[in-house]
Amino acid sequence: MLTVKDLHATIGGKEILRGINLEVHPGEVHAIMGPNGSGKSTLSMVLAGNPAYEVTHGEATFRGKNLLEMTPDVRSHEGLFLGFQYPVEIPGVSMVNFMRAAINEKRKYLGEEPMSATEFLKLMREKRSIVDLDSKLASRSVNEGFSGGEKKRNEIFQMAMLEPRLAILDETDSGLDVDALRIVAEGVNKLRTPENATIVITHYQRLLDYIKPQIIHVLYKGRIIKTAGPELALEIEERGFDHIIREAENAEKS
Amino acid sequence: MNALKQYIDLYLANRELIDRGSAGALNALRPAACEALSVATLPRKGSEDYEHTDLSAILSPDFGLNIARRHLAIDPAQSFSCRVPSLSTALFFLTGDTFGAADRARAQLPEGVIVCSLAHAAREYPQLVDRYYGKLAPLSNPLVALNSMLVQDGVFIYVPRGVKVEKPLQLVSILNGEIPMMAVRRLLIVLEEEAEARLLCCDHTQGADTPLLNLQTIEIHAGARSRFDLYELEESSRLTSRLSSLYLAMEADANLLLDGITLFNGRTRNEYHCTLSEPGATLRLLGMGIEDDSRTLDNYTLIRHEAPGCYSDELMKYVVEDNATGAFSGRIYVAPGASKTEAYQANRNMVTTPGARMFSKPQLEIYNDDVKCSHGTAIGQMDEKQLFYMQQRGLSLPVAHTLLKQAFMADVIEGVRLQPLRDRLRMLVDMRFAANSSDHDCNTCAMQEQTDSNA
Ligand SMILES: Nc1ncnc2c1ncn2[C@@H]1O[C@H](COP(=O)(O)OP(=O)(O)O)[C@@H](O)[C@H]1O
Ligand SMILES: [Mg+2]
Repeated sequence: MLTVKDLHATIGGKEILRGINLEVHPGEVHAIMGPNGSGKSTLSMVLAGNPAYEVTHGEATFRGKNLLEMTPDVRSHEGLFLGFQYPVEIPGVSMVNFMRAAINEKRKYLGEEPMSATEFLKLMREKRSIVDLDSKLASRSVNEGFSGGEKKRNEIFQMAMLEPRLAILDETDSGLDVDALRIVAEGVNKLRTPENATIVITHYQRLLDYIKPQIIHVLYKGRIIKTAGPELALEIEERGFDHIIREAENAEKS
Repeated sequence: MNALKQYIDLYLANRELIDRGSAGALNALRPAACEALSVATLPRKGSEDYEHTDLSAILSPDFGLNIARRHLAIDPAQSFSCRVPSLSTALFFLTGDTFGAADRARAQLPEGVIVCSLAHAAREYPQLVDRYYGKLAPLSNPLVALNSMLVQDGVFIYVPRGVKVEKPLQLVSILNGEIPMMAVRRLLIVLEEEAEARLLCCDHTQGADTPLLNLQTIEIHAGARSRFDLYELEESSRLTSRLSSLYLAMEADANLLLDGITLFNGRTRNEYHCTLSEPGATLRLLGMGIEDDSRTLDNYTLIRHEAPGCYSDELMKYVVEDNATGAFSGRIYVAPGASKTEAYQANRNMVTTPGARMFSKPQLEIYNDDVKCSHGTAIGQMDEKQLFYMQQRGLSLPVAHTLLKQAFMADVIEGVRLQPLRDRLRMLVDMRFAANSSDHDCNTCAMQEQTDSNA
């Protein structure tokens, strides 16, 4: 579904991604872990097409198409969703109008008719319940005045509305209390199918107790330095990243 | 030679004809206006308060005036449908400077309320018009002097003490002409103590190919504890110039909202001279300009706090695109005796292209320590983070731009105190940003059809 080969990217002239390789298949759940500043958010932004980042080398294909040539909205239509680490507030744009525009733009891309108002409101109601999002929040401006937890739930709500093939969730668990974490994780699990895939970016083992990834990657200084099964998360939980980093550095020297 | 000369000559050569087409107080003021104008020079572009408006260039063309009061064959109500139709209003028409017959609208007004032709009022209610006409707008302002010298008609609105006009008044003004025409019009609005009314002025032009000039002066007397909303919505062609000078005086505890909405225009200069002359007066001044192509909008506001305990709050927002120009000059004056003044001003602007220009000049003159004042100016582009977030969810860049521009105006729209108008305005603004403005024509625009089918 997603193939990333030797991807390098810079921001403000500074190289952040220094050769990423990644292969994601339908039905898989991957976790990307790593210390702060490793480049996890950068990778997600680059895959989603944020123009602030420049890809200087490498390739990324999504369902056989060159991802890097697509504008961000086309990537979205093709089924790529990014749950932002820091969801953006857009005062004056209501969630309802925002989501209606998003759904109808996608339908236009797929050559479908716009959704009727009643159909749309029904869909909103249905998807909102997945993450227990207040109906009041849905009528407010995008993320404006939302608490940290509400913002994260709102990301999952939008994911539910758009039904992506590949969802990249960037620290959707950070800043959540246990209840909110459970709601978010259950939301993600409800949306899983054998055809779609998820990449969760996280610091913590605790989200992975709910969302069970098959493959864990450790990202450090712009490279994936280790890839293993779920046991790697437990190891990191117990011993931190230091020994993995040391291992990788030793391997590089030798 | 100064651009005023042709108008003075026109007046001197046609004094009788002009007087015959008007009446009473309007005629009485002309000689003084002419005298003031004879010694006046038009402020140059670039001079204080006129940095971005070239009055000479606007006034120089040889505009025709309908001083012979020829009846225009058109029936405005027939030929024109306004885009704010879902609003239930008492509807009046002004074609050029000519007030249209309006018995049906008038029947909806409470006893004692007058809404009529200003010339008619000068004849029928001379004591009222004499008392208020020309008392706020000074002849030292050349635009007022020019207006006072040539004006033959306009609208008189009078709400007697304690009367509340429930139904919003709507004045649809239409400028049109086969040849370049200038409409000189005057609005005289008097609210006695505790009177209440709301007025929506929709300014349109018909015929996009003829240069037209709207030279208007508005005087508003707001009595003690009166309440009045004035919404002015300009939707005119690119060859239209509008020079509007508004003078407002507020007595104790009067509560006013002035809202200037420039949706479509050519060259516009709006002046607001507001005086809070007695304690407790409250003024909210809102403005919105949507400028693209090569349109220009220059709003000048002066809010004078002359008495203690008054409150003013001003919010002006512009979206400036393409090669358009926006200018805002906002002055707040607090007199030495005006303690416990609260005066707030904000001017926020979104400039979307390198060719678009925005000039903003806030000025505070405060001669009292016991005041709360603030002002803020911001000129910015669209937020990249917001744009990317929207694109990530599948919105194309043009759609994301449109949503952000609509959102930018949300708080100005929220300030409208009349809910149906607020909803309507939100829709008009949404459509303004969503449509290609070069398609705009007041009579036959695609938007009109859209609104109708939505209604
Ligand atoms: N706008 C920026 N300009 C310059 N450097 C940046 C910018 N954004 C992030 N970085 C740098 O990129 C590196 C990776 O950041 P990020 O991808 O956010 O890491 P992570 O998500 O793993 O914590 C950090 O060193 C950070 O300082
Ligand atoms: Mg991060």
